[in-house]
Order: sequence, then structure tokens, then C-alpha cells
Amino acid sequence: MSIEEIEKEIIEEFELFGDDWEGKYEHLIDLGKSLPIIKEDLKTDDRIIKGCQSRVWLNSELIDGKMVYTADADAIITKGMVAVLVRVLSNQKPEDVVKADLKFIEVIGLKEHLSPTRANGLVSMINKMKTDALSLCR
Amino acid sequence: MIDQNKIREQFPILNQKINGYDLIYFDNGATSQKPLTVIDSISNYYKNSNSNIHRGVHTLSRTATELFEKSRKTIANYFNVKNDQQIIFTAGTTDSINLVANGLAKNYLKRGDEIILSTYEHHSNILPWQLWAEENGGKLKVIPLLEDQSLDYVSLEKLISDKTKLIAITQVSNTLGLITDLEKIKSIAQKNNIPVLLDGAQSAPHMAIDLQKLDVDFFVCSAHKMYGPTGIGLLYLSEKWLKELPVSKPGGGTIKTVTFEKTEYAEGALRFEPGTPHIAGAVGFAAAIDFINEVGIQKIFDHEDELVQYAQLKMTEIPEVIVYGKSAHKAGVISFNVKGQHPFDVGTLLDKYGIAVRTGHHCTQPLMQCLTIQGTVRISFAIYNTKQEIDFFIEKLKKVITMLS
Repeated sequence: MSIEEIEKEIIEEFELFGDDWEGKYEHLIDLGKSLPIIKEDLKTDDRIIKGCQSRVWLNSELIDGKMVYTADADAIITKGMVAVLVRVLSNQKPEDVVKADLKFIEVIGLKEHLSPTRANGLVSMINKMKTDALSLCR
Repeated sequence: MIDQNKIREQFPILNQKINGYDLIYFDNGATSQKPLTVIDSISNYYKNSNSNIHRGVHTLSRTATELFEKSRKTIANYFNVKNDQQIIFTAGTTDSINLVANGLAKNYLKRGDEIILSTYEHHSNILPWQLWAEENGGKLKVIPLLEDQSLDYVSLEKLISDKTKLIAITQVSNTLGLITDLEKIKSIAQKNNIPVLLDGAQSAPHMAIDLQKLDVDFFVCSAHKMYGPTGIGLLYLSEKWLKELPVSKPGGGTIKTVTFEKTEYAEGALRFEPGTPHIAGAVGFAAAIDFINEVGIQKIFDHEDELVQYAQLKMTEIPEVIVYGKSAHKAGVISFNVKGQHPFDVGTLLDKYGIAVRTGHHCTQPLMQCLTIQGTVRISFAIYNTKQEIDFFIEKLKKVITMLS
């Protein structure tokens, strides 16, 4: 599936909850459980994403011309957010990852986490995933 | 008893919805909200009296100077300071500590000297001393914590050596809310003739402070944590240090005469107040003191203490909650975690219910290392908080725990 198609799928999932933010967050927490977990020995300091109040480890690889991300986080809402990003951006061509506008985050009601004042580092996660893609497609 | 409704009317900011819920502001340890009297005092200053102070011959300049100096007097009276020149306006606690550290580094602190701090110091009472120590072969010694996270005063004596030049310690831990036993610190300090710097950032908003009685060498605090504006605070110097602390931040206003060869500095507070000060801030600070006086600091303490005891009791009833520094001797602050959960998750979900808390290391990373945790969730109270708010918080905390587990 393309990035846009996966984004659409996620938007539809979250739309089911309407204004029920508790439901949305519970779903986000559930999505965290589906995150492809980074190997324990890759959880090194240089794979920690800076700017997160919780610790987030991200590993990026290029396999058969596509980006493959594995990650982990010690806060479960953060883990849910990484899981959503990984679901959208993993197994995509690096050039598509770099171009992705990820507007769906706003649509599913997680826009508040994109504010630079939020210490969760969603912005830092996106930046790291994109810069890794950029360096791997060169 | 205090009239809660009358007090809350003074804080229009509290009257808003967050995510559809009434705002519950439990982040007073970071900064308190400001009453209308403080907001109006600042606005009125700019509307009616704004001018640069000192050395002005015109009427408006005199009015502004009088307001500024009257604010200093109000603050000096509140802290029972004899000579108002002992109150120096700074940008806040951090600025005050830097002013002392840079001053002492000029001629008092020598190579290889030692400074004693506590494990629960805020970074702002660690970093200026650490920077000095790194540049001058100095050493920081740290008072350890006991099992209940209170300070191990017995071991303080063992830290003292003939190289100890200062004890810099907080009166209330910003993370744990624990109140330092100053008498114990002072008796050891005085016996060994060591000056004491007392960080009042977290104590001044909650408890009566009589600087003559406390009899420390340096006292620092910030207006914005005590119902005043941001960007202003104070440094209190004892009579001795008012004369002896070297100028480390020179500039306009601090001088008597200047030639290219030599400058003679002013005496008193002005010596340490370079540049145009935060005049409106000083006026707002004094208005905040007036507000505290009107309510009564003892009433504020009693009210917040009741809230702390009530919340702590209710939180202890939740088996998943760990409260840190669980003492009865506390000022306005409770730090906790939910077993197995990250403070970020707890804080994020509480915010969705309109409850403002702080999460993380609270600028006390060495304390976090000592407790071997990443961070905590901190709730901190002010005079406008209520038991009903705590009830709602407890109800939603339980809900958050269910959501996360």
C-alpha cells in the first residue's frame, strides 16, 4: 500500500471514535502493541531520539530498496505514536518517506502532539525517520 | 477559614475549559497564576507611570523611581529585612544564584575550595557552582538522602572540611516538597563559620519567611512562583555580604563615578542592578506581596498543607500509586508515579481531563538518578486550589490508571 492509502486507513480507524478522545487514546495505546520492536542490542544511546520526554529508540534500515523501521519507547502513548508513524512509513521507498506530508496526524486528532512545546518529540521522530531515509537513498 | 470564591474571582485565568473540562491548575510549583491586583498594577504602571528610573529630573521619572523603591520597601518589610538595600532585584532565582556565584568567584572562592549542596537541589543551584568548580579545580560535596528522601543531616558534618566555603541549599525541594531542616544546617554552618545560601524559590510561595530570624548569608527567590510576574526575583544579602560581595555584572546604574582608568561603584542595592531594571516587574512583585499579606501567609500555608495531606491520603489509597518523599513536613508539592507507567503517559492523559500537572525530572536529574527513576508526575498547590479539585483529580487518576493498564 502507498503512504496515502495507509494514512486513509488510519484516518478511517480513528473516525470511528468521533469525539470520544478516550477511545482514540485507548486505540493509540493498542496500536503501540503492534510496533515492530527494535532488537534489544540496538537500543543504544545513538539510536535514542532527542527531544522526547520518554525514551524512544529508532533503527532504520534499507532492505530491497525500502525503508524498514523498528522502534521502542518507554511511554505507551509515545509508543502508540511511533507505531502509527512506522505503520505509515515502513516498507516505503526512501524518497517517498522524505516527501510524505503526514497531514493525517492532524486529522486523527493528535495535532497537539506536533506542537514544538510538547515534550514528546513526535516532531523529532518524524525528522529522524526522514533524515535516515534521506541519508540511505543517497 | 478563607473565602475560596472571593480568592478565585481574583484569578480569571482559572475560569476556562480545557478539552471541555474545567481547568484544574496543579502546576503552581512551575509558576503560579496571577491575581487581578497584580495584573492591574503592571498595566497601571505602563498606563500612568512608565519612565526610566533614577537620575531623572522630570516628574514622571520621579514617580517611577518612587514606585520602584516603594516596591523594594514592601518586599523588604514582608521578609522582615532591616535595610531595604539588602533586597536586590534580579531576573529571578537563577539570576540571583549566578550573581552570588560570579561574585564569590572573584576573590572569596579559591582553587581547591569546596561547596556543599544537597541531593535534591534544582539544577539552577548546581550548575553555577559546578561551572565555577570545573574552571577552578573546586569540588562539590553532596548531602545524601535517607530512606524517606529527607536529608541525612548527620552526614553533613562529615562533609565539612577546612576547604568548605559555602553551603548552598534549598529550603523546599521543588520535586518532593520536603522542607529542609534549616536549623540543623545552620548550627553546623555557624559552628564551622561557613556562609549559607538559601534557595527560597519553592518555600517563599508557601511559608512565612523572616530573614532576620533565618539569619542566612544569601536568600534567593522568584516572584512568578508567588503570584507575581515572570522575569523578576530577588537576592537578599546579609549586611556583611552587601558590603563584601564583589560586582560581577557591571553596567549603567551601578556606579558613582566612571573614568576610563577606574570606576567607583555605588553602595547598596544599585551596585548589583545594572541596566534599566524590570520596573513594572518590581511593581507587580510588590502587588503580589500585598496579595499574600491580604490573605495571610499562614492561612496560605495551612490551606495548602490541608490540600497536601488530603491528596496524599487519597493517593495512598490507590495501590498503583507511589508517592515520593512521603512526609508530613511538606510545602505545597507532591511527586508520584504510577507503578509500571511512564510519567509522560499519566501527565498527557490528565491534561486531556483539564488537569495541568508537570512531568519529567523537574530540573533535578541528580535526584532522579538517586531515586533510580526517569521522572515523576508532580502536582503542586496554591491558595486557589480546592479539595473538590483534588477529588476530581483522584477520580480521573484512577481512570487514567485503568486506561494505561
